[in-house]
Amino acid sequence: MADDFIFDFLHMEIVNFVQRTTSPDDKDKVISKLEQMGYRVGQSLIEKFTRESPRFSSELDIIKFVCKDLWNGVYKKQVDNLRTNHQGVYVLQDNKFRLLTQMSSGKQYMEAAPQYLAFPCGLIRGGLANLGVNCVVTAEVSTMPACKFQVMIQRT
Amino acid sequence: MAVCVAVIAKENYPLYIRTIPTENELKFHYTVHTCLDVIEEKVSSVGKSSNDLRELYLGLLYPTEDYKVYGYVTNTKVKFVIVVESSNTQMRDNEIRNMFKTLHNAYVDMLCNPFYTPGENVKSKAFDNTVNQMMIQD
Repeated sequence: MADDFIFDFLHMEIVNFVQRTTSPDDKDKVISKLEQMGYRVGQSLIEKFTRESPRFSSELDIIKFVCKDLWNGVYKKQVDNLRTNHQGVYVLQDNKFRLLTQMSSGKQYMEAAPQYLAFPCGLIRGGLANLGVNCVVTAEVSTMPACKFQVMIQRT
Repeated sequence: MAVCVAVIAKENYPLYIRTIPTENELKFHYTVHTCLDVIEEKVSSVGKSSNDLRELYLGLLYPTEDYKVYGYVTNTKVKFVIVVESSNTQMRDNEIRNMFKTLHNAYVDMLCNPFYTPGENVKSKAFDNTVNQMMIQD
C-alpha cells in the first residue's frame, strides 16, 4: 500500500532539495540538475528491466518497451498513447501522469510543472541512451495531470 | 571452468578482463578482441532473417585448437565473453548459459552501485568474487 507512494514522495523531496540548494534566479540549473539525476537512474534502471527481455529488433520495439515495461515499473501504468511520424519523433502521452496527480487537475501550479518533469525526461533519455538510442526528450503539459513527452531521436 | 572472462562496453573497449594466470595472458586479450567481429555479425543479423535468435545468449562464437569462445550481448549492447578449454568436454551448453546469467546479474548489480560511473573500468570486489567462482572450480 504505502510503497506505491514512496517514489512519489522521494521525488517531491528531491525537487525541493535541488531547488533549495540552487540559487533562486537560476531556474535552468535546477532543471538540468534534475535531468542529470534522472539520466543516471534511467541508465541503471533500464539495465535491470531488460535483463530478461529478448533482444530488440527495431527502434520502435525499444520505444514500445519504454512505454510498457519502464512505465509500468516506475509509474505503475502504461503510456496511454504513442504516436510517431516514423522519422524519429515519438510522442508519448500519459493522461494521468503519476508525478502530477498529487498537484492539481487544472491550470493551477502550471509554472511549477517543468521542475517536476525534468527527472522523468532524464529517466527516458538515460534509458534510451543505454539502449543505444541517442535522443532529446522534452515534456509538455496543457492541463494537469495529462502530460506529453516528445522524444526526438538524434541521428548522426 | 572458464580460463578467461571479459566484459566489453558498447563502444567496444574492454571494461574488465580476467584470465587465469599464465605467461601468455596477452593471447586471451587477442582472442577476446577477435571475437568482437563475430559478435557484431551475429547481432546485426537479428531482425533480418525469420529464424533469428532473439536470445541474449549467442552461443559458441568460434572454436580454436585449444579453446572455445562463447558470447553474450545484453540489450544495452554490453558484451560478455567466456573462454573455456576445449579439453573440458563435460561443460554443457546449459552450464555456459547459467554462467552468463550469473555474470549478467553481477554486472547489473554492479551498475546499480552509485559509486560506479557507467563506462568506467570495473573495479568492484563483489563482481570480482563472482568471476572468481567461475574460474577456480577445476
